[in-house]
Amino acid sequence: MSSAPAQTAPAKKARRRLRVGGKGEARFAFMLLLPAALVVFGVVLYPVARTFVVSLFNVDSPLPGSYPFVGISNYTRVFHDPSFYAVVGHTFYFTLVSTGAELVLGIAVALLLNAPLRARWFWRSLVVLPWALPTIVNGALWRWIYNGQYGALNGLLAVLHVSSTPQQWLGSPFLALNMVIVADVWKNTSIVVFFILAGLQTISPDLYEAARIDGAGAWAAFRKLTLPLLAPSIAVVLVLRTIEAFKVFDIIYVMTGGGPASGTQTVAFYTYLQAFSNQLFGYGAALAYLIVLSVFALAMVYLRILRQGQMAGVQ
Amino acid sequence: MEPNAATQPSDRVGPTPTRRAVLATGGGLGMAMFLAACGVGGGGSAGGGAGSGKGSIRVLVMKQAGYSEDDIRKMTSSFQGANPDITVTLDLVAYEALHDKTVAAAPAGTYDVVLIDVIWPAEFGTKRIVADVSSKWPASWKQQMLGGAVATPQYASHFYGVPWILDTKYLFFNTAHLAKAKVDPAQMDTWDGVLSAARTLKASGVTKYPLVWSWQQAEALICDYATLLGAFGGKFLDAAGKPAFNQGGGVQALEFMHQSIVDGVSNPTSTQSLEEDVRRVFSAGQASMALNWTYMYGMANDPKQSQVSGHVEIGQTPSGPGGRPGVNGSMALAVSANSQKQAAAWKYVTYLTSQPVQDKYAVSSLPVWKSSYEDPAVIKTNPAVVAQAKKQLADLILRPQVKNYNAISQVLQTEIQNALLGKKAAQQALNDAADRASTLLVS
Repeated sequence: MSSAPAQTAPAKKARRRLRVGGKGEARFAFMLLLPAALVVFGVVLYPVARTFVVSLFNVDSPLPGSYPFVGISNYTRVFHDPSFYAVVGHTFYFTLVSTGAELVLGIAVALLLNAPLRARWFWRSLVVLPWALPTIVNGALWRWIYNGQYGALNGLLAVLHVSSTPQQWLGSPFLALNMVIVADVWKNTSIVVFFILAGLQTISPDLYEAARIDGAGAWAAFRKLTLPLLAPSIAVVLVLRTIEAFKVFDIIYVMTGGGPASGTQTVAFYTYLQAFSNQLFGYGAALAYLIVLSVFALAMVYLRILRQGQMAGVQ
Repeated sequence: MEPNAATQPSDRVGPTPTRRAVLATGGGLGMAMFLAACGVGGGGSAGGGAGSGKGSIRVLVMKQAGYSEDDIRKMTSSFQGANPDITVTLDLVAYEALHDKTVAAAPAGTYDVVLIDVIWPAEFGTKRIVADVSSKWPASWKQQMLGGAVATPQYASHFYGVPWILDTKYLFFNTAHLAKAKVDPAQMDTWDGVLSAARTLKASGVTKYPLVWSWQQAEALICDYATLLGAFGGKFLDAAGKPAFNQGGGVQALEFMHQSIVDGVSNPTSTQSLEEDVRRVFSAGQASMALNWTYMYGMANDPKQSQVSGHVEIGQTPSGPGGRPGVNGSMALAVSANSQKQAAAWKYVTYLTSQPVQDKYAVSSLPVWKSSYEDPAVIKTNPAVVAQAKKQLADLILRPQVKNYNAISQVLQTEIQNALLGKKAAQQALNDAADRASTLLVS
């Protein structure tokens, strides 16, 4: 208030020019943001809202029409469905074991690739290969490897004189689930390796030298130095892999079709079956919504961890 | 930073959109789009139209048993030659993807013609995914086509397509293996004979697992089970439409299947195999007997794809106490209910299912027309198969024609596998399946 009368005419002019320019700039910024906003809201928000609406109706056909409103009964039905608890169990087991194995293997391989190896570029490109394969191809590949009649795994075990009796790797429910996990770990460890490798390269060699001078052995240096400094990379890769593993669908579709005896059905696969094979779109939407909420909860937990500076190094 | 931030509001020029404003605008747009969509089903058109009988049509068919991709392309190109004002785009998918792709594409009316399995008319017809073509079906077709073919696209006295692939599962056996183990091929006439032959073949070391089946958790498993259920005199549903597979022949069929695994005469990979896996194992000489669709005869006898060519014999499905009905595995071409070019689509369907076209490609899939089986030209294409087909196609068993078939089939697949893997007794597994199927049948 007090400074306003003191302003000179040129200053006022400049300010007006700025205001006009700012308005245009804001509009321009808004126009630039609009396509992204449309994509985000069209591809993310709209389907999420629509799925929620569909989940409140007894929609049993993909075609438009009027379907009875059933409120939350599709959701209550989920919890009364005996198959649901089995598929949730498979999903949690798959998520925990595959993410855990990928993390441990990923750190080990990344440490190896960070070491001064000869032709390091070659090993690094080799490691990325499984990740470059489409999941469908990976699934088909492992389905052949595990085949109980002419599969490569049984062949290898026979050649190595480990076992001459062919094993049915995908023949019993629990074993099949574990073998699918192995196929998933083989493919997805690559991405963990690259995240961890990127993290390792930010750690200064001086720190290791200082630790060595202080008398720390390799294991102590790894535990006290490498692991805490890798925490941000581990946190990021954990977020990505857990959420991906929780949504697993395609590798199951190709390798086992959910069998044997539904032992490899996961929540996403079961949702697909209900929605598309059985045309229970209302029920499928309720299941899909529960997946969205679970993934959202997982993401929230991880983001909270990420925000904690100690874990993520992010202030 | 702080002082600057404090002075910013008074210095701000123009209405810079805040994060909240952008979110609100975006949210509003999203909600507007949401409100713009009517109904809670899928989007897209709510009905089809006949169209002008010209233009381009899109067709969804199967790249698996029956007509080969090459056959279908040749048929289509000759159709286009005869109908130059219609252009056809073909999409071929695996059988396992056919149903779900048809459902997903239905709201948009992507496909004008779709290939439907015998188990889908109830579902697709009642849900208006395929068009009711009863009024276009000439009455004469009912007499001119084989009974199993007429039943294929039919539900509740309505026709939802025209039969195109007429198939059932036959018993294939390796004559060289049988001769080596001194097994009389006449034994292949009954399931008891097959089991006893399998034991002899195993004992003589000709094949470690003489039988191989498509018992993966998929529809293929239900096809094999249906064949055995029929042979043991069982029924899927009783006269009142309630599950009956957990009684009599239904249970005996499953016990037979499980026992064959326990005895080591059925290959343990069967529970992870589809029809193509069965064909590979049989063609590699690693099985002596197998149940499969007609297409295996040509491929197993082709020296380029088989190590047992020249030794493959095809027979009717063996008989049991309840007879020898073969599973009806036929398929029909249907016009999509949402197609805007139904007239052109119908022309394509009637051309591909016509007798001259089917007769020409009889070597891949046998015609649906009765008189074709008396035509020397058709018989000549595949004498061994035609001889068996003439007998078998007159005696077929249908899987339940109900609109929730897929859900019931999934329950049955899981429970049959539980019994095959020894996790449940056959009776218990089928009782559990019947309990869940009863709920599904009334929902």
